[in-house]
Amino acid sequence: MASTDFAAGDARSRRLHADARGPAAPPEPEAKSWSNLHAPDARSASAASVPIAVGGRALKVFLSNPNAMFGVVFLSLVVLAALLAPVLYPADPLSMVARPFLWPGQNPAFPLGTDSMGRDVLSGILHGARISLFVGLVATALGLGFGILVGAAAGYFGGWIDDLLVRLIEIFQTIPSFVLLVVMVAIAQPTAPVVTVAIAVITWPTVARLTRAEFRAIREKDFVMAARSLGYGHARIIFREILPNALPPLIVTSSVMVATAILMESALSFMGLGDPNVVSWGSMIGAGRELIRTAWYLTALPGLAIVFTVLALNLIGDGLNDALNPRFSQER
Amino acid sequence: MSTLTRVGRTFRRTAIQAVPTVFGIVILNFFLLQLAPGDAADVMAGEAGSATVETMAALRQRFGLDNPLLVQLFNYLYNLAHFSLGFSPRYGMPVADLIGQRLPGTLLLMAVALAVAIVLGLALGSLMTVFAGRLPDRMLSVISLLFYSIPGFWIGLMLIVLFSVKLGWLPSGGSGTIGSNLTGLAGLWDKARYMILPALSLALFYVAIYARLTRAAMLEVQSQDYVRTAAAKGLPPAIITIRHVLRNALIPITTMAGMHVGGMLGGAVVVETVYSWPGLGRLAFEAVMGRDFTVLLGILLLSSLLVIVANATVDLLHAWLDPRVGVR
Amino acid sequence: MAAPLLRIDNLTVRFPNTEPVSRLSFEVGEGETLAIVGESGSGKSLTALALMQLLPRSAKIPNGRIEFAGKDLLGLDQKAMRNLRGREIAMIFQEPMTSLNPVLTIGRQITEVLTLHEGIRGKAARSRAIELLNLVRIPDPQRRIDDYPHQLSGGMRQRVMIAIAVACRPRLLIADEPTTALDVTIQAQVLDLLDTLRRELSMAVVLITHDLGVVAQWADKVVVMYAGRKVEQALPDALFRTPLHPYTRGLLAASPRLKTNLHYRDARLTEIPGSIVSAAGEKGCPFRPRCTVARDSCAHFVPALVEVSEDRLVACPYSFIPEVAHGAALGL
Repeated sequence: MASTDFAAGDARSRRLHADARGPAAPPEPEAKSWSNLHAPDARSASAASVPIAVGGRALKVFLSNPNAMFGVVFLSLVVLAALLAPVLYPADPLSMVARPFLWPGQNPAFPLGTDSMGRDVLSGILHGARISLFVGLVATALGLGFGILVGAAAGYFGGWIDDLLVRLIEIFQTIPSFVLLVVMVAIAQPTAPVVTVAIAVITWPTVARLTRAEFRAIREKDFVMAARSLGYGHARIIFREILPNALPPLIVTSSVMVATAILMESALSFMGLGDPNVVSWGSMIGAGRELIRTAWYLTALPGLAIVFTVLALNLIGDGLNDALNPRFSQER
Repeated sequence: MSTLTRVGRTFRRTAIQAVPTVFGIVILNFFLLQLAPGDAADVMAGEAGSATVETMAALRQRFGLDNPLLVQLFNYLYNLAHFSLGFSPRYGMPVADLIGQRLPGTLLLMAVALAVAIVLGLALGSLMTVFAGRLPDRMLSVISLLFYSIPGFWIGLMLIVLFSVKLGWLPSGGSGTIGSNLTGLAGLWDKARYMILPALSLALFYVAIYARLTRAAMLEVQSQDYVRTAAAKGLPPAIITIRHVLRNALIPITTMAGMHVGGMLGGAVVVETVYSWPGLGRLAFEAVMGRDFTVLLGILLLSSLLVIVANATVDLLHAWLDPRVGVR
Repeated sequence: MAAPLLRIDNLTVRFPNTEPVSRLSFEVGEGETLAIVGESGSGKSLTALALMQLLPRSAKIPNGRIEFAGKDLLGLDQKAMRNLRGREIAMIFQEPMTSLNPVLTIGRQITEVLTLHEGIRGKAARSRAIELLNLVRIPDPQRRIDDYPHQLSGGMRQRVMIAIAVACRPRLLIADEPTTALDVTIQAQVLDLLDTLRRELSMAVVLITHDLGVVAQWADKVVVMYAGRKVEQALPDALFRTPLHPYTRGLLAASPRLKTNLHYRDARLTEIPGSIVSAAGEKGCPFRPRCTVARDSCAHFVPALVEVSEDRLVACPYSFIPEVAHGAALGL
């Protein structure tokens, strides 16, 4: 059903077995080089063979989606901001540069004003993009990697391995993830790497569950049977035959995961559980919070940066979903 | 098979399935507690001001902290079985009591937020269904995605700026006017005023989810053959929607509502922090600030159990709504 | 002759890109069974939905007339049409597995229509529903009335659908492939039931089917449709004795279960080459690409329906040339 709509939202699904979906949608164009048809006999037998045209069609659908394109453009701007921050504002964004409480527009040298300690808000926002993107991307990569390993093992091998791993996934999906995140970061001391790993720890179960469902659906397909009958090893079948076909929903999920990770990081920093040596959008809001009656722009501006970055990622996720899962997009 | 048998059977199955999960969560909790810097002896020594190495060792022995890990695990389980989550020196009371004090506030906030989210989500989703594929649908779809992208703590602060600071309509924090002894309707209204902003901040994210879910579920159900049958009977559209479409669409929606309890608890932590709402989340924040890990892990354990209970409730609701449940 | 109960005149159903029903006309008298035959895609089901005014939103009826008991259905407003549906015109569908609401008891689904059209509620409605279940030969109706659809077999569900349809003693029952989804053994039972009810309740039936065996046994009159057009109309005996249109002949030759006509007993089961899709976008006779007797002139015009004898219409100028008809009858 709508499971791909909000892959992060329904993370707590306990009905793992109910997730086995129909035939997997074809992989996206980037996966062309990962051709899934290594078994020669499978070429004719494969029902899920992936003509390049389908991938091209998905790309075309994605590119012609105005919302998704807005997301791509805005996200590119954020990436650019993160890359240019050290060039445009080489000074430490945590250092005092001007009179405190300059409102946006009051002084052209500081277009977004200054905070209570006289720090440049624009510099803070540009530098904040760095930590948000770093945490978002690295946590997602870690979560994806671990989740795919666990989900692939569970879905491919089945039996007691599956039972065991499903229990593990279920435990992690039952514990309220943000509370667990707070506990982990509080215990391990807040630094950027700790926050990143902790976010990965709470996000991998979603990926594992999704991967498992895909693997269960795909492992019975003819081309996998063919690969098996050719005596290929498990690793090869998992990573070169099945995984490329299981990628589309994972790609959709990963863009939502980056968005979720950015939200999580900002919430942690807001609560004072961020890296104290790095400026982050969440910590800027946390600092501005005390002054909300007099200088609400200190809260509003970094918040808008979060909202638009996350929105851009969600729009991209939506666009990817429409492009890669035509079955769902028909309903739109 | 009657509705009651169906619900009963589901209850038994759910209860049995929950056992290993609860056990796993308890074990995980224990090890997190072991990882936490400092133990109860350190905390007590800290409270006392200073302590010698000898008194620390004596304290450790008294609380069994020098025992092997397995013995400590056993003790932990033994305490849990007696509903003891440890003692918080900071608050000077058992953690279980502390949580018991704060739990109702959070449950109330979550219940109101969930109700708001479902009602608004169903309304928005139905609206999107009616205009499926046309401009209003596309606009609402982007708006819901925007709601989905706004951090709860930030929208909370922005609502305070607008409704408390600028307009002065609603209070910016707390859970009731201090010192007021309003009763009856006036008292209720006073409580409600404090509830509006936190509940709305917490609900917004879920409004987006339910709107999109409702839309997908209703479109799916609308294309079903039995809806055509209902039309062929001559039923008016409103009755078809309420009796035939919505009831079926509610099945996936309730499933999701149960799954969101865990996420909502997380959201409550930040929203309660923003509004100084006296609940579990606020307690968690205070525990983090004071590095009071016994309290923090007590909250983690209890909120996990809360999720399990919520999931079981949804399963029962599901069994009641969907006659096919027992058969599958 | 008295005015027919249902008269369809020049009915066209149009979607943005296609015209699945064109210029269709036929009549059904009181208490008569008319069979509409054709393969899937021939426009039979859309004709039925047009009768009920339950066409998908994108479908338009640019011209034509549907007259029921002297009323012009296309001129009725929504409310008046709803008043007819389920009361005077009832319909049963092809898929008994999905045509009943899974979360309501069958009793509820039967009483719903009684309450709506006859204002019967509570105990009275329940006892009427039990009577109806009895009428459609469902054993133990007192107990079955509280069952949910998934507790019944396909045949039983179709009986429930029939009970719902005849609950208000309609004057016209539209049965859209009522037995296609059922086991062969159940098919005859359900059709017999329909025929008995037709006589007991003296209602007219429009029976939509692709099964000529069904036509031979239960129809008073047959309309053969191809690509949205009526290509032949006849009484069943005449149709089976001397099928005229090449498409009808193809259908008969392809029908394995027909024992009514000696000519076909030893004939090999043949297929009509090509599919109905190949007719789309063609000029001229829509059946031409698959026709064995097509001539050059068939590419230039759509053959008109010609009355060849009483109650006999055919839309092929070459079909009633004796040697063509004879040759085809021999299986050439």
